[in-house]
Amino acid sequence: MSTGREIVVGNTGGVVAGDAMLELQSVHKRFGGLHAVNDVSFRVEPGCIKAVIGPNGAGKTTLFNLIAGNLPVSTGTIHFQGQEIQGKKPYQIAQFGLARTFQNIKLFHGMTALECVMVGRHVQSRAGFFSGMFSLPSAWKEERAIRAASMELLELMQIADYADVEATSLAFGQQRAVEMARALAAEPKLLLLDEPAAGLNIYETAEVARLICRIRDMGITVLLVEHDMSLVMDISDEIVVLSFGKKLAEDAPLNIQNNAEVIKIYLGEDDAITA
Amino acid sequence: MKKRKPLALAALCLLVVCIHLVTILTGSQFYLTQLTMAAYYGLVIIGLGTLMGYAGQISLGHAGFFAIGGYLSASLTTRNLASLQGTWPVKGLDSLHMLKIAQDLSGEQLITVAPWAACCCAVAAAALIALVIGIPVLKLKGHYLAMATLGFGTIIYRILLASPYFGEADGISEVPGFTLLPAMGTFHPIMVSGAANLRVANYYLAWGVLILGMGLLLNLIGSRVGRALRSLHSSEEAAEAAGIDTSRFKLHVFVLSAVYAAIGGVLLTHFNGGIGPSEASVMKSVRYVALVAVGGMTNLWGTLIMGVGLTFLSLRGVFGTFDDAVFGMILIFVMLFAPDGILSLRLQQLRKAIFSGGRP
Repeated sequence: MSTGREIVVGNTGGVVAGDAMLELQSVHKRFGGLHAVNDVSFRVEPGCIKAVIGPNGAGKTTLFNLIAGNLPVSTGTIHFQGQEIQGKKPYQIAQFGLARTFQNIKLFHGMTALECVMVGRHVQSRAGFFSGMFSLPSAWKEERAIRAASMELLELMQIADYADVEATSLAFGQQRAVEMARALAAEPKLLLLDEPAAGLNIYETAEVARLICRIRDMGITVLLVEHDMSLVMDISDEIVVLSFGKKLAEDAPLNIQNNAEVIKIYLGEDDAITA
Repeated sequence: MKKRKPLALAALCLLVVCIHLVTILTGSQFYLTQLTMAAYYGLVIIGLGTLMGYAGQISLGHAGFFAIGGYLSASLTTRNLASLQGTWPVKGLDSLHMLKIAQDLSGEQLITVAPWAACCCAVAAAALIALVIGIPVLKLKGHYLAMATLGFGTIIYRILLASPYFGEADGISEVPGFTLLPAMGTFHPIMVSGAANLRVANYYLAWGVLILGMGLLLNLIGSRVGRALRSLHSSEEAAEAAGIDTSRFKLHVFVLSAVYAAIGGVLLTHFNGGIGPSEASVMKSVRYVALVAVGGMTNLWGTLIMGVGLTFLSLRGVFGTFDDAVFGMILIFVMLFAPDGILSLRLQQLRKAIFSGGRP
């Protein structure tokens, strides 16, 4: 691992033995009459890549929003490194060491790619209003470190050439890379990737797969939602299958491929349709 | 960007000196009075520009903060506290050496708060009010935030207009100047005052304060906090995901811009020797917003140049009785043809924009 500098995070730092990186216990989410997430429980072990799959409308993104704190949980608990995080604000959860990307890319308008990634360094830096306004030496040094670390991430993503280009004017795949760099800039312990391969061609998808494995090798646990089966099957250590908000299966990729229930919801079944 | 910032500030300093020289050569030094006033208004406008342009939060109540600063400082330095002598607030102020004891024309004792102390109290009060108002109000977005801050501005205006302590419709006059450095030897004292012999000193003082304020804001925008503000402007959700406490940052920049407005209000009031309720009126708030828009929201330099320039013309009475109408027109024009500010337009674009009916 030649690129890893202090971005490498010890994934067991502060974790009590036996604690999962992330643990969901009978999580429910209701939107009025719609039961979007229904009694979902699973664990994400430190250092693995776990995928959440399911047909459209299965509640995958809702689940992500519950974990990241963008939506309140109806009932159930979510533990991150043994600490309860449901009910916490998204920024607090981010400060605990959980970073995410968005399905519909959310980059900052009017900022260069480099600046977007520098925003990601927020939790790893201190300078406040006062030191910023008076440009104190401490803020100044910190700023240089932020810039250097962000630039390295752009290099890791192979988009360093576009550092000074406005992020929102980049090509789709590059925007996605900027977003991932922004998430990594926070030096997270757990990275949530919401459809990292959506809209990418097969070559780009293969590149993303390599990248995710590399992120895992840096010691960052990865939880992803994905539609692209080849990607999920290739890289995941474990897969959770959701259907209509319920957990249908949780197993290694090979077993999931042979799971009759899973095949039924993905491919349909003759008697399921006629019944 | 990094190298250009001190250069631009130095150029502005040079421009300030040049304008002074030109007024000497043309014998029109009376312009310096309005240029001084425009600089103090400029302080309000760049503070609001940071709030609106960078953090993306609108405020239609900034004339309120300007007035809180000006009125509090004016009332504390003019209202006689002799009847309250012996009560704890006056004793407390006295023990902190914050009182000025003199005798009025009829020989009665006149106890007022010293201008420097009044200034500090006024700015602190504005910051505190901004904090208390900001906590609930900044939960709102877009039009709702505009309406809530408009409501705040209206309340301040009505309070000033209705309370005898603040002089009702007459406002407060005979506000003393305030001394920054006492007279030393042959030097005049350095004080914020409209006295004719201090005109040049006050011109440089006002522009010094404005350039300092500008430099601090430019530093802020280029810093980690500035990036956080710009990011929450674009997407609060993504900013939160990056670990940014968006509500705290919004509140702090709101308070900061209120402090800029209050400092502008305090200094202008002591310079003018008085303040009237029109300074708190809603039209003033609208004018500040219009000036930020004319300068081009996310362009602090544009905001400064257009803001001070138009305010100067307005103070010279160029727009006559149509003053408010002109600022209304400017707002319409900017929104239609130059949403990124007048300075963003090139002449050709402007012609095209007008004849194609907007949206260049």
